[in-house]
Amino acid sequence: MAKTVDARGLSCPQPVLMTLDEIKAGTETELLVLVDNDASKENVSRAVQSRKWRVESIEEKDGTYQIAVKKG
Amino acid sequence: MKGIKNIFAGPGGIIGVGVAIGILAPLLQYLGNPANMGVCVACFERDIAGGLGLHRAAVVQYLRPEIIGFVLGSLIAAYLFKEFRPRLGSAPIVRFFLGVFAMIGALVFLGCPWRAALRLAGGDGTAIFGLLGLIGGIWIGTLFLRGGYNLGRTQTTHTAAGWMLPLFMIGLLVFMLLFPQIPGQDKNEFIFYSVKGPGSQHAPLAISLGIGLIIGVLAQRSRFCTMGAIRDFVLFRQMHLLSGFLALIITALAVNFILGQFKPGFEGQPVAHTQHLWNFAGMSLSGLAYCLAGGCPGRQLFLAGEGDGDAAVFVLGMIVGAAFGHNFGLASSPAGVGPYGISAVFVGLAFCLFVGFSMRKRIA
Repeated sequence: MAKTVDARGLSCPQPVLMTLDEIKAGTETELLVLVDNDASKENVSRAVQSRKWRVESIEEKDGTYQIAVKKG
Repeated sequence: MKGIKNIFAGPGGIIGVGVAIGILAPLLQYLGNPANMGVCVACFERDIAGGLGLHRAAVVQYLRPEIIGFVLGSLIAAYLFKEFRPRLGSAPIVRFFLGVFAMIGALVFLGCPWRAALRLAGGDGTAIFGLLGLIGGIWIGTLFLRGGYNLGRTQTTHTAAGWMLPLFMIGLLVFMLLFPQIPGQDKNEFIFYSVKGPGSQHAPLAISLGIGLIIGVLAQRSRFCTMGAIRDFVLFRQMHLLSGFLALIITALAVNFILGQFKPGFEGQPVAHTQHLWNFAGMSLSGLAYCLAGGCPGRQLFLAGEGDGDAAVFVLGMIVGAAFGHNFGLASSPAGVGPYGISAVFVGLAFCLFVGFSMRKRIA
């Protein structure tokens, strides 16, 4: 089960900072990032891909985007 | 890139939007807007404050249709692409005062980041100090961001709450249409209109509104933000938003050449002064306030258009800040800084540092 980064209700750069903090901590190989606006969804997707992670899937449920990201 | 289906949010999209603004803003100058002020969110909100009589600086009073267009264009784009999300509750009172001081800093420099770019693109060398100040202020802001600064989460709210600033803008437009300027007079039944000075210089209403709407749509789709451009580069070494901002400057430079609007120099530049330290310091205050509030003045308008009530409060803070600026002698003029402008910059910086240091609670 991937660790969850709950960035709902936050606007950038917080969702990106929270996600990159987890990536830099180096203990996780996959994360589930929750955001609730399109700009954050795009920014998180862009940021993880610049750190050589990849976006596995994005699901929208009740206004929340669940972005599954994975190392490598 | 996976996760980004919106073409405007791709690399070509953001550069394209920067190019579009870089063409449209100098064009507005050609069609009547003040020199190097095709679009200036701070100046134009200040003019709106004047048009409503919140300050009585007679030379800067006009309900600028570009601002109305920015908000309504963003609203239209947000509805078309199902991105209208009414939300608020992330420390709105703090955002209000960040808006107040962001405006005061902008009035010491005489422009928002958009105008700093347009001033540079028009050959105004004094803008360099403003842009350096902007970078400095945002850099300080990123230190707070790294240290855990945040204003907390928003809540989803009623759709009608997200409509408050768009409705206010529609109201302003209705006022302009019902109460147009009486030629040669500085006021009709309700609205103040400058008869001389920058406030009297404007493109025709329909063109200003139309270009405002176009920019509003493009900026909502692309998330164009001049503060974010510098912030993301400092924080993440990410060029995405910065490429749009640079595209704006380069394009506006080229368009100014074509239209004969490029006039290089430091002295005697339009609506600018040569007190470089205060150009730098004013813009540092603004940059820090924009960074702490999460967006440049333009971005705050576009966010307000897509339902962000906190951004709307920041906008109202800027309008009130403009009134303070001109009522209390804080705003600069081409002659130099106002009598209390320097003190106001220090008060503003102290306020921003207080906010930055005191609002660092980790997010649960």
